[in-house]
Amino acid sequence: MPLTFNDKIFDDIKKGREKWEKELEKVFAARPERLPRFSTVSDREIGQLYTPADIKAQDFMRDIGFPGEYPFTRGVQPSMYRGRLWTMRMFAGLGSASDTNKRFHLLVNQGQTGLSTAFDMPTLMGYDTDSPKARGECGKCGVAIDTIEDMEDLFEGLPIDKITTSMTINPPASVIWAMYIAMAEKRGIDRKAIGGTIQNDMLKEFIAQKTFMCPPVPSVRIITDTVEFGTKEVPRWNTISISGYHIREAGSTAVQELAFTLGDGIAYTEEAIKRGLDVDDFAPRFSFFFNSHLDFFEEIAKFRAARRMWGKIMKDRFKAKDPRSWWLRFHTQTAGCSLTAQQPYNNVVRTALQALAAVMGGTQSLHTNSLDEVLAIPTEEAATIALRTQQIIAEESGVANMIDPLGGSYFVEALTNRMEEEAFEIIEKIDNMGGMLSAIEKNYPQQEIADAAYRYQKQIDEKEKIVVGVNKYVTEEDIPVEIMEIDEELESLQIKKIHRVKNERDNRRVEACLERVGEACSGDTNVMEALIDAVKAHATLQEVCDVYRKVYGAYRDPGIY
Amino acid sequence: MKQKRRVRVMVAKPGLDGHDRGARIIARAYRDAGFEVVYTGLHQTPEEIVEAAIQEDVDMIGLSSLAGAHRYLFPAVVQLLHERGADDIVVCGGGIIPEDDIKRLKAIGVREVFTPGTPLDQIVRWVEQNVTPR
Amino acid sequence: MASVAEKVVAGDVRAVARLIRDIDDGMPEVREVLKELYPHTGKAYVIGITGAPGVGKSTLVDQIIAHLRKRDKTVGVLAVDPTSPFSGGAILGDRVRMQRHSMDPGVFIRSMATRGHFGGLTQSTRSAIDVLDAMGKDYILVETVGVGQDEVDVVRSAHTTVIVVIPGMGDDIQAIKAGILEVGDIFLINQADREGSDKTLSDLRLMIEMDQKKYDQGGWKPPILKVQAVFDKGVDEFLEAVDRHAAYLAETTGSLNFRGSRDKVRQELGEMIKARLIEEVLIRLTESGEFDRAIDSIVKGKVDPYTACEELVLPVLAR
Repeated sequence: MPLTFNDKIFDDIKKGREKWEKELEKVFAARPERLPRFSTVSDREIGQLYTPADIKAQDFMRDIGFPGEYPFTRGVQPSMYRGRLWTMRMFAGLGSASDTNKRFHLLVNQGQTGLSTAFDMPTLMGYDTDSPKARGECGKCGVAIDTIEDMEDLFEGLPIDKITTSMTINPPASVIWAMYIAMAEKRGIDRKAIGGTIQNDMLKEFIAQKTFMCPPVPSVRIITDTVEFGTKEVPRWNTISISGYHIREAGSTAVQELAFTLGDGIAYTEEAIKRGLDVDDFAPRFSFFFNSHLDFFEEIAKFRAARRMWGKIMKDRFKAKDPRSWWLRFHTQTAGCSLTAQQPYNNVVRTALQALAAVMGGTQSLHTNSLDEVLAIPTEEAATIALRTQQIIAEESGVANMIDPLGGSYFVEALTNRMEEEAFEIIEKIDNMGGMLSAIEKNYPQQEIADAAYRYQKQIDEKEKIVVGVNKYVTEEDIPVEIMEIDEELESLQIKKIHRVKNERDNRRVEACLERVGEACSGDTNVMEALIDAVKAHATLQEVCDVYRKVYGAYRDPGIY
Repeated sequence: MKQKRRVRVMVAKPGLDGHDRGARIIARAYRDAGFEVVYTGLHQTPEEIVEAAIQEDVDMIGLSSLAGAHRYLFPAVVQLLHERGADDIVVCGGGIIPEDDIKRLKAIGVREVFTPGTPLDQIVRWVEQNVTPR
Repeated sequence: MASVAEKVVAGDVRAVARLIRDIDDGMPEVREVLKELYPHTGKAYVIGITGAPGVGKSTLVDQIIAHLRKRDKTVGVLAVDPTSPFSGGAILGDRVRMQRHSMDPGVFIRSMATRGHFGGLTQSTRSAIDVLDAMGKDYILVETVGVGQDEVDVVRSAHTTVIVVIPGMGDDIQAIKAGILEVGDIFLINQADREGSDKTLSDLRLMIEMDQKKYDQGGWKPPILKVQAVFDKGVDEFLEAVDRHAAYLAETTGSLNFRGSRDKVRQELGEMIKARLIEEVLIRLTESGEFDRAIDSIVKGKVDPYTACEELVLPVLAR
């Protein structure tokens, strides 16, 4: 095997290093190292200096290679940002569908190239605005969608056959997607022409974000229905965005994020294969979603390792033949959990560094958080600064001039290798537990994340980890930030709207449609066509989700702490 | 026998948002501070929280909210406690809560609100100073 | 103004909750209230549920509550979780899995920590059972982690003691055998859909049948049932087994009153005396400083601990 370095150089490095270390000892004898221990935000210890000796076994063509070629360490496309920049996709959603529609138009006019929708909590959980469970939640952290009418208002005047739409929705993803397809069809747009993404990743909900509705097994069945339907009917749609973002936000380490996300991807792939689909028919439509956290190099190494690992998983484990199945395409969002309410303007800098890591890690699309997201839904001004941050990285910083700028860095390559190794060890552990579904039942990932989160918080409290403005460089003065206000009247208006729709529709048709959904759920029929008919008949989101809950039972928080 | 009363607190997640990282960390910190912590789990209505708090005879309820619904949910908890004659149960909150809202919540009886970045020992100390086990 | 006991008997949730707190906190004034409540006790049927951590006890209790409610029975729950030996605090997380019943006025759920106080867990749990009994709950479910002797004693004070296991526990079955097998009236294999449940069943059966002679003489032979609490399977069958055990108890002891059984009363009174003695003796000696002085003397080699103990205790008892 032709390795990157030859044996002679290692002897020289060894001698050189010994000499340098002696010098170093002298320096530190006079004045010790700045910290007792240097470590990443994930608490990984980092050495003083990296050399070819740290990547001794590296084979350039096998492990690093060229962009667009297996194992894709350097990027999935051959051209990367030399061809086209990443998609600047800012997540937006607030208040009513028309409020969000206005924000969408604003973002598109400012040069944003893809839409990304945030829904409010009742929508995310499969409740209508008039449910007692939804009190006080309408429009608070995203847009409220109860019926297809809301979906139509949301995309009013936007060219949905030209732009792609990402929708961050999980338990009711199938229903929301059905509304989107139905809305397009009502406009005369073929379902084969629309493009976008539904997050539709329930496993990470059980693991981390805790937006759940039905138990894991039926949840995965519905997801598999969408994968199957998308493969056949909506070929430009990414039916799952396998998400590590929330796993990281819940407090995991970078390696856990990597392992649990790819572990979820393995589970979805296995289910779709069980359904009788060919891996090469659906795997190219899987996309991923990662967090970009504070530790610059660790994050870049994570993205590179993720691509190489997924390539191996697809090629070796699932025997995929289409190179597009080997691709790990991913969206990135900067780490919301890293933002601080104290000295909020510092958040602009944090976000910029995290965005830089995502770009240097080769992301396909990026959302940058607004400085005020730790306080409320972003104002237009704050959201604009966040978008400008990406534009400055793209147009001014020069980092997008070449592909994989850190490829070949002894440190980054060593870190990439190490993280891959550790993540594969966790995946093996999950395999030994009988796969991700049973690992989740045993609360394994949940417990691991809870432990990591607590450890990190303790380190901050003990000042082992520094957060500027929080446990160092603290100022007493309050720094005022303008806050986005959500109209409290919205809830009653939205309730009026849903009642009007319910009054105007043909209730018998709705009932018949819901019955068909129920039959599909309890039987083997793919549920999607029944869903599209139901939402076209103006069945509400909750009415459909209640059918799910009735057939499959409701999942309740197991309360792992 | 004169035994020292143990502080009992409830960590509750009202509403639909599932961000429980903070709630779970706080629960552990309280335990490590020697408190008895009743955790409600996710997706609780104010009614469920208040009933549980009364049955558990807690000295304090800590409400955690990160998706904006605190404006309805926190006052609802305070109001329901009042209706049940349980005003002595201290209510505090934490999460993504803007400064103006904090003022409003304090005005209606939420005793303290902790925003992201507050050190755990500061929160624990606050409880020790402001919550007397009955 | 109604007395605390009157409020409890009237079903006042707040009064009940606060009284249990006073019991837990070892407040001496509760004794009078408990005396007053005593005539109102003896009606509830107590089911003790124990098993290793992670066998799904709380989920099971949650389902049992639901089934008892379908039978129109009111339910009280005491969920006991261990106190951290490091901080003295505890996370009482069992309630999470039962929270859906919190709005049901027919259900009262209380989490308790083991605490490790002088009075003994058994004593305070027993008193809390009395309170829920006096409040009028038809069934009282006591859930503990079956690890220490204390926890085992707690469930022993129930009418029916249930041991929960899951398949694939392997050697843990041996541990059950050593510790708590003899107290189990019903054995439940939870998560019975998991691999190895038949093996667990036959292991348990083998152990239970070692006492075959006892059953031949009319003793209660513990049934072993398979359940899947998460999927609500097997819970009705379990409750039928409880009914059969209750009928057996009624027949063999003549009464379902907990204090109708000499064995149970002997155990309870013994515990009570122990707790009271500790309270009266140890606390008094601590407060007077005699306890510390004796420790000093032993450490300095002036006296042996056996003599010191006698010198401390005998005068107190003589007083």
